[in-house]
Amino acid sequence: MFHIYCPHCCEYREEEEFHAAGQSHIARPLDPDACTDKEWGEFMYFRANPRGIHHELWVHAAGCRKYFNVTRDTQTYEINEVYKVGEQPTVVANAIQSK
Amino acid sequence: MQHYSGFGLLKHSFSHHENWQRVWRNPTPKKKYDVIIVGGGGHGLATAYYLAKEFGVTNVAVIEKGFLGGGNTARNTTIVRSNYLWDEAAHLYEHAMKLWEGLSQDLNYNVMFSQRGCLNLGHTLQDMRDIERRVNANRLNGIDGEVLDAKQVQEIVPVLDCSDRARYPVMGASWQPRAGVARHDAVAWGFARGADAHGVDLIQQTEVEDLIIEDGTVVGVRTARYGEIRADRVGCVVAGNSSVMAKMAGFELPLESHPLQALVSEPIKPILDTVVMSNHVHGYASQSDKGDLVIGAGIDGYNGYGQRGSYTTIEHTIQAIVEMFPVFSRVRMNRQWGGIVDTCPDACPIISETPVKNLFFNCGWGTGGFKATPGSGHVFAASLAKGEMHPLAKPFSMFRFHNGALVDEHGAAGVAH
Repeated sequence: MFHIYCPHCCEYREEEEFHAAGQSHIARPLDPDACTDKEWGEFMYFRANPRGIHHELWVHAAGCRKYFNVTRDTQTYEINEVYKVGEQPTVVANAIQSK
Repeated sequence: MQHYSGFGLLKHSFSHHENWQRVWRNPTPKKKYDVIIVGGGGHGLATAYYLAKEFGVTNVAVIEKGFLGGGNTARNTTIVRSNYLWDEAAHLYEHAMKLWEGLSQDLNYNVMFSQRGCLNLGHTLQDMRDIERRVNANRLNGIDGEVLDAKQVQEIVPVLDCSDRARYPVMGASWQPRAGVARHDAVAWGFARGADAHGVDLIQQTEVEDLIIEDGTVVGVRTARYGEIRADRVGCVVAGNSSVMAKMAGFELPLESHPLQALVSEPIKPILDTVVMSNHVHGYASQSDKGDLVIGAGIDGYNGYGQRGSYTTIEHTIQAIVEMFPVFSRVRMNRQWGGIVDTCPDACPIISETPVKNLFFNCGWGTGGFKATPGSGHVFAASLAKGEMHPLAKPFSMFRFHNGALVDEHGAAGVAH
């Protein structure tokens, strides 16, 4: 059970109010028509799946209904930081973990 | 290998069952194998068994970081069925179902496969339309299936709330009589024993730390315990950790690893003699031979490698079960656990060649891998033996996510996705 800080409500709430919405920071290709099938397939279906530090979107579904980013360790389930959409994470995987 | 029989049981009873042969060896690995299989769960052990028995490749090692069958094989809800919608998936799961039907005899090991049938309930008009479509597709593929109305469902499962007082009244169900359950641990142990008897080395407590790749070809694995072990071909069957292994090989897989939880109740007298699943109310239950209710539902929505999930997910699961079976409301739960499932965007597995030569992956089974154990092992063994994918495995190439030929099984994959 997570206790998640919503950066919009500025409060800790229980996990049940939130919904995990997948990987953060996915950039849509600027010119989709110019993508190869491989590039488009990777944009559509390939998601980071690290064992360790992961940046993911959550939505405060039963609260303010706004999205925000969470940096979380997928092995220990520890939440390292919470930051708004458009901001960059300060906790990132080191070179060994991201190998 | 010691042959198991009723007579053998009687014979060993005279020596107080103290002289049974060890079920498998605990060998030190050789320097080189024809095939190395990474991952000693049900699918990996089945692969090794069929490689040695059907395809004559006996110089094989299975390398497992923990103990045999200790991952998702030990953590699933043991349901076996083959009522999938699309031809590609239906053929694959039906291939497995046919192997299940003769598995105990083939392995000389009782996997307690019990074809007690499986109901997939429909609670809305759209559910019933989908069920009719899927059952018709199944029958065209030679897979047994029937569409039942609520009255027929009630006759099969008297304790199910089929009244119109339910929040989502049962309108009917699909019924696959040949579906059922099997004893999950026995499946791993039976395949392990059979593989060992054919000369396969089962190497436990040995974690693969890296893949050795030379000029785009895999030539072996590196382990902490035994150093380098070489092989002509390597098959990775590591479920939740597939993305981590793929990263070692330098490519990505379209997988996300999620916790999937399940739970069992205290043992109670026989009350549920079939498998009941509901996509809509979102839960499924069966009763084991020991008497405990085996209960499961959906994955936890976030990625996780921790083999545990959140309490809220369990609570939702139990709410669904009590909604379907009000009579279970006072049954106490005994144990609860989680496994890491590698979910694919189209709810179908990846049984595939990879960008690295001689490296093969069998993964992405997500929440429904147990039912496919023998079939998955069989087609993967055929592929590893020949170096070319088995016809049933071809539609499940990892490259389908580049060319768009997905096999969208989210409907028939059932509750958990």
